[in-house]
Amino acid sequence: MIQVPGMQVARLGRFTIDTITGWGSSWIFLVQVIKSIFSRPFRFRLFLEQLYSIGVNSVLVILLISVFTGAVLAVQAEFTLSKFGAVAFTGSAVALSLIRELGPVLTALMVIGRAGSACTAELGIMKITEQVDALRSMAVDPIKYLMVPRFLAALVSVPLLTAMSIAVGIWGGYIVGVGILGLSPGTFMTQIYSAVAPDDIFSGLIKAVVFGFIFGWVACYKGHTCGFGAIGVNRATTQAVVTASVAVLVVDYFLTSILTQFFMD
Amino acid sequence: MGIEVTGVSKSFGAQKVLDNLSLSIPDGKITAIVGPSGVGKSVLLKLILGIYEVDSGSISIFGEDMTIASSEEEKTSIRKNCGVLFQSAALLDSLTIYDNIAFPVREHLSLKEDQVYQKVWSIIEDLSLKKVANLMPQQVSLSVRKRVGMARAMILDPKVLLVDEPNTGLDPQHGQEVYDLIKSCQARCGFTGVVISHEIPEVFQVSDRVAMIFQGRIFAEGTPEEIIAHQDPYIKQFLKGSIHGPIRIH
Repeated sequence: MIQVPGMQVARLGRFTIDTITGWGSSWIFLVQVIKSIFSRPFRFRLFLEQLYSIGVNSVLVILLISVFTGAVLAVQAEFTLSKFGAVAFTGSAVALSLIRELGPVLTALMVIGRAGSACTAELGIMKITEQVDALRSMAVDPIKYLMVPRFLAALVSVPLLTAMSIAVGIWGGYIVGVGILGLSPGTFMTQIYSAVAPDDIFSGLIKAVVFGFIFGWVACYKGHTCGFGAIGVNRATTQAVVTASVAVLVVDYFLTSILTQFFMD
Repeated sequence: MGIEVTGVSKSFGAQKVLDNLSLSIPDGKITAIVGPSGVGKSVLLKLILGIYEVDSGSISIFGEDMTIASSEEEKTSIRKNCGVLFQSAALLDSLTIYDNIAFPVREHLSLKEDQVYQKVWSIIEDLSLKKVANLMPQQVSLSVRKRVGMARAMILDPKVLLVDEPNTGLDPQHGQEVYDLIKSCQARCGFTGVVISHEIPEVFQVSDRVAMIFQGRIFAEGTPEEIIAHQDPYIKQFLKGSIHGPIRIH
């Protein structure tokens, strides 16, 4: 008979309870945030501040990674397609990869790394320094004041940054494809126009909105439930980045499967 | 009564912090809540504010029961009567000192910006904060932050002022300054005050009544003079600040 040490069973039990409790409380938190979006007062100025912090401050890094992603895609596509004598399709390969997949995913991962960690750390520090309690004591709902502007800013920023990322990525691909690899500019652009359908753009946009939603939800929730002290903020920030990044990649697979089916019909 | 705490218990995990604690805080007076570190004084303050939920019992502020307020909106309407000075002042670090003081005014009064300015500037002058009004909280000392916290707590003329460890982290002079501030504001506004502290005898200077928490309950209650004259060995040890006696230091 196998003897299971009591401590391990207790640990497993604790882990199970914590996981279910955490999952449940994150959904309750999400419902509170969504309810608060539609109740007064509307804090437009705070939303704009967060839009600046999450969106505008991420523009440079997004543009930088996008231009090089597009460039790398052009090199790889040209290399692979040349084996089949199909280098003319380099433009469409770059554009479709960026619009359907790499644009939304890379943008989301980059924004999570840059702004998500900052957002969680800021909320966590506000919590451990009693600023959140101070808001409550002043009869101000922290969900409305702190979470809603960040959540909405994430929801708006990620699709906008994704659109920029795709445009700049294609430009990067064009520069390398046409300028360095010697592809015909006309063919490069014509292939993009003929291969990219509105459905591709729409599916990329849906992904970007969903990733913005995941980013806002996870970053705000982890900041809201941050533990005590520097270690609590450290843990919350790490968990926010890891959880949101993994969630983006997992959800991306399911979204891709669903959207491919949906738009193929 | 200003604040009525009846049979309140609160645990965090397996640790029971407050155990069937009852306390009446009279209207228009300052009550000091004292006790050794870690007995749950700050927890009681957060329970009064509804930031923590009680496990059992009830707390009412001027007849409005905080513990049956089920939604954040209901609690918010009760909290509008309260001003709080937190241990670290808890100023919003994204706002200037002026904006921190103006924050409750902008949130709760429908005033034009020039009226907000007048109201905020009058308390800034009263508390000698003119020179620091445009600085950020992290640019000033803790004693200044506490004065700003006091200004923010007082700006809406609250019926109740809750103060958590007013002189933590301050030297005796600046600690005394905060106590003097509490006393002068109370004389001017007549609020019901709750001052949480383990600083004996400084806190006795400002309080009309004293309640000592020990082992999760109110261990002794009375005027400062009555508490000082108490012969109970626990109270005597606590007042003397001695490590020898029935209170065990863990």
